[in-house]
Amino acid sequence: MEKSRPLWDNPLQFVFACISYAVGLGNVWRFPYLCQMYGGGGFLIPYFIMLVVEGMPLLYLELAVGQRMRRGSIGAWKMISPYLCGVGVASVVVSFFLSMYYNVINAWAFWYLFHSFQDPLPWASCPLNGNRTGDEAECARTSPTQYFWYRRTLNIAPSLEAAGALQWEQALCLTLAWLLVYLCILRGTESTGKVVYVTASLPYCVLIIYLIRGLTLHGAVNGLIYMFTPKLEQLANPKAWISAATQIFFSLGLGFGSLIAFASYNEPSNNCERHAVVVSLINSATSIFASIVTFSIYGFKATFNYESCMSKVILLLTNAFDLEEGSLTADNLGAVQGHLQAAHPQRYAELQPQLKNCSLEAELDTAVQGTGLAFIVYSEAIKNMEVPQLYSVLYFVMLLMLGIGSMLGNTAAILTPLTDSKFIASHLSKEVVSGLVCFINCIIGLIFTMEAGNYWFDIFNDYAATLSLLLIVLVETIAVCYVYGIRRFEKDLHTMIGHKPSWYWKVMWAFASPLLIISLFIFYITDYILTGTLQYQAWDAAQGQLVTKDYPGYALAVIGLLVAASTMCIPLGALLTLARRRLRRGRARPVA
Amino acid sequence: MLSSASQMHRMLSKYGLVSKQLWEIMLISNVLLCNVTDRVSFWFVVTDSAKNVTTVAGSEVEAAIRMNRNRINSAFLLSDKTLQFLKISSTIAPPVEPSTPVWLIVFGVVLCLTVAGIVFLIVTGIQRRKKQNKESSETEDLEEKCEVTVTIENGIPCETLDLKAGHINGVYAADDERFASL
Repeated sequence: MEKSRPLWDNPLQFVFACISYAVGLGNVWRFPYLCQMYGGGGFLIPYFIMLVVEGMPLLYLELAVGQRMRRGSIGAWKMISPYLCGVGVASVVVSFFLSMYYNVINAWAFWYLFHSFQDPLPWASCPLNGNRTGDEAECARTSPTQYFWYRRTLNIAPSLEAAGALQWEQALCLTLAWLLVYLCILRGTESTGKVVYVTASLPYCVLIIYLIRGLTLHGAVNGLIYMFTPKLEQLANPKAWISAATQIFFSLGLGFGSLIAFASYNEPSNNCERHAVVVSLINSATSIFASIVTFSIYGFKATFNYESCMSKVILLLTNAFDLEEGSLTADNLGAVQGHLQAAHPQRYAELQPQLKNCSLEAELDTAVQGTGLAFIVYSEAIKNMEVPQLYSVLYFVMLLMLGIGSMLGNTAAILTPLTDSKFIASHLSKEVVSGLVCFINCIIGLIFTMEAGNYWFDIFNDYAATLSLLLIVLVETIAVCYVYGIRRFEKDLHTMIGHKPSWYWKVMWAFASPLLIISLFIFYITDYILTGTLQYQAWDAAQGQLVTKDYPGYALAVIGLLVAASTMCIPLGALLTLARRRLRRGRARPVA
Repeated sequence: MLSSASQMHRMLSKYGLVSKQLWEIMLISNVLLCNVTDRVSFWFVVTDSAKNVTTVAGSEVEAAIRMNRNRINSAFLLSDKTLQFLKISSTIAPPVEPSTPVWLIVFGVVLCLTVAGIVFLIVTGIQRRKKQNKESSETEDLEEKCEVTVTIENGIPCETLDLKAGHINGVYAADDERFASL
C-alpha cells in the first residue's frame, strides 16, 4: 500500500511557504533599481499590467498543476504527457544550479551579521596602514564599506582568470548556511511548515521597523521625492515594459518546480485560485514596500554624503585662504567660491583639482542593484545611524530570512521529485536524501568562496536561470493548454475548487502569457546576439573601482553549458520517451 | 577668549617643555606669535631667555610637541583632528582588537545551536521510526492472538484437540469434497 503523502498542517502554512519563497532578495534589491531606472512612480503602470497579464495566471497554473497531480515537477509533467518528462528534469536542473549559488548570499549575510556585534562596526572606518600614519592604501582610494565588501568579505581577485585560494572564513559561513537549510528541510513538510511561519513574517517586521526609522532619517524625503516622481516619458521605452515583465516573472519564481512541489502537498480541495491571487499581490506589494524603505535609505545616504562633501570643500577653502571659522557655510559657498576665484585666481586654480563639485542629484543618481545595494549601500547608511549595531543585526537577519525562505523552495523543488521516485524512496530515507543534496551543493558551492568566486557567482546569477526558465514556462503553458487540453484542465479545477475558471484565466493561459513569454524570449536572444562578447565588472584594487573586462573562453563555455544543460532536457526527454515507446512496440509486435 | 600667546605659554610651561640643556622657567614673553589669522592659526617660536634673540631649535620644539601631543590636546579640549600641527603628523591610535575575533564567537554559538537542532531532529526521527516499527509488529502479534482465541470451541482449543490423542474421523474429514466449490 502506498504511504500517504505528507500534507501541510493547514492552508496557512502553504500560503506562508509560497510567500516565503516568492518574496526574496529580488524584491529588496532589484525592484527599487528598476523603479529608479524606468521612471520612478511611472514604472508601477507596466508592473501592474504585467502582474495581471502574466504573473497571476502563470502562478495559478503552476499551483493548480501541482495540486491536481500531487507529484513533484518530474512526476506531474509525466502525468500530463509522457513526452514532457524532460520539462520536469529541466526544472530540477535549474533549481539545482540556483541552490548552488544562492546559498552563498546567505553565507555573506551570516558574515555581515556576525560582524555586526562590534563597536564600531568594521565597515565604519578604514583600517590603518603599516606605520599607523593614515588609512590603508586601498581603503583610502575607495570607501570603507566598499573596502570591507571587496577586500575583507570577498578578498576579490583582480580578474576571473586569477582564481586564487579558498577563503576559509567564507567557506565556514557557507557550511553554516547549508547546515541551517538542512535543519529546516530535514523532516519535509513537517519542519518546513513550521519554519515558514518565521521566514515569511520576520522580514515584514524588520521592514516596518526600517520604514519607521527610514522615514524619520534626515534627508529621507529627498530620496522619496526624487525616486517616486513619475517620469512618464519612460513608458515609451520598450525596455521598461520588458523589465517589468522579467521582474514579475522571476520574482514569483515560476518554472523552478518549487511551486508545483509546494502545491503537491496540499489537500486536493484547496482553493489554489484564491491563494494564487493572494500570493502574487503580496509579492508585488512587498516589492513596493521594500522600495519605499530603500529610497528613504538612499535619500539619507545621499544627503549625508552630500553634506560631508560640502564640509570637506568648506574645510579645504577655509584652510587654504585662512578664513574665519564658520564664515563659510553651505548656503554662501557658491558665492564665496566665486569671490575667491576672482580675488586670488592663481591660488584657486591650484586648489581646483581637489575641489569636488558636490551635487545631491549626482548622489541620488547612483543606481545600484544586486549585492552592491544590499551589502554596500545599506551598510553605508546603517553605519551613520544611531545604535548602528541594532539596525545592522536586524537588517542582516532580514536578509537571511528572505534568503532561507527562497532556499526552502529551491530545495523542495529538487527533493520532492527525488522522494517521489519509488527507486530512491525505497533505498534511502528522506533525511539521507536531503543530507546528500545539501552536502553536494555545499561542496560545489565552495567554488564561490574562492578569490574569483564572485565573478563565477555573477555568471550563475545572470545566465543559469534566465533563458531556461522562459523556455520551461512556455512549454508548461502550451502543454497545459494544448496538449492536456484546456477543457480537461477546466474540469479538473472544477472538481478541486468547486467552480470553473473564468474567461480571464483561460484567455491569459491560452494566448496572452505564451505570447508575452515568446516576445521576452526573442528580446533576450536578440540582446545577446547584438551585445557580441559578454563582459563582466571586475574590481580593480589599484583604482578602487569596478572596471569592465571580457569573459575568457572557458567562462563562455561554462555559460553555454549552463543554458544547454537545462534547455536540452526538454527535447531529450521527449526523444527518450519516443525511443522507449518504439522499443516497447517493437518488442510487443512479435507477441501480437 | 584669551590671547593665543598666553594659551601657548600656558601649555608650554605647564608641561615643562624645556630643552634638555636649559632648565629655565618659560615666561609668556618667550613665546612669540606671528601671522595670526581669523582661522585661529598661527606660527610661533620659542625664545631662549638665557641667550637673547635666539630661538629654541625647531626640531626640539617638534620633538617636545610630539611627545606631549595628548596632553596638549586635552588642555584645549581638542583632538588630533581639530588641532593640527603642520609637518607633525599624528600617530593614530590602533583600534582595540580582542584576542578572539568577535565574529568567530557568534559563529560558534550559531553553529552549535544548528548542529544540536539537527542531531535532535535526526535522533527523534529514528526513535519515532523504531516505535512505529515496534507498534506495527505488535499489532501483527495481536491479530495472530485473536485468530488463536477464535478457534476455541466447546471450551477446548482446537490445537490441543489435535495434539491430544484424538482420531480424525475419516467420514467427516472428506465432507468438504462433497460440496461443490464456489
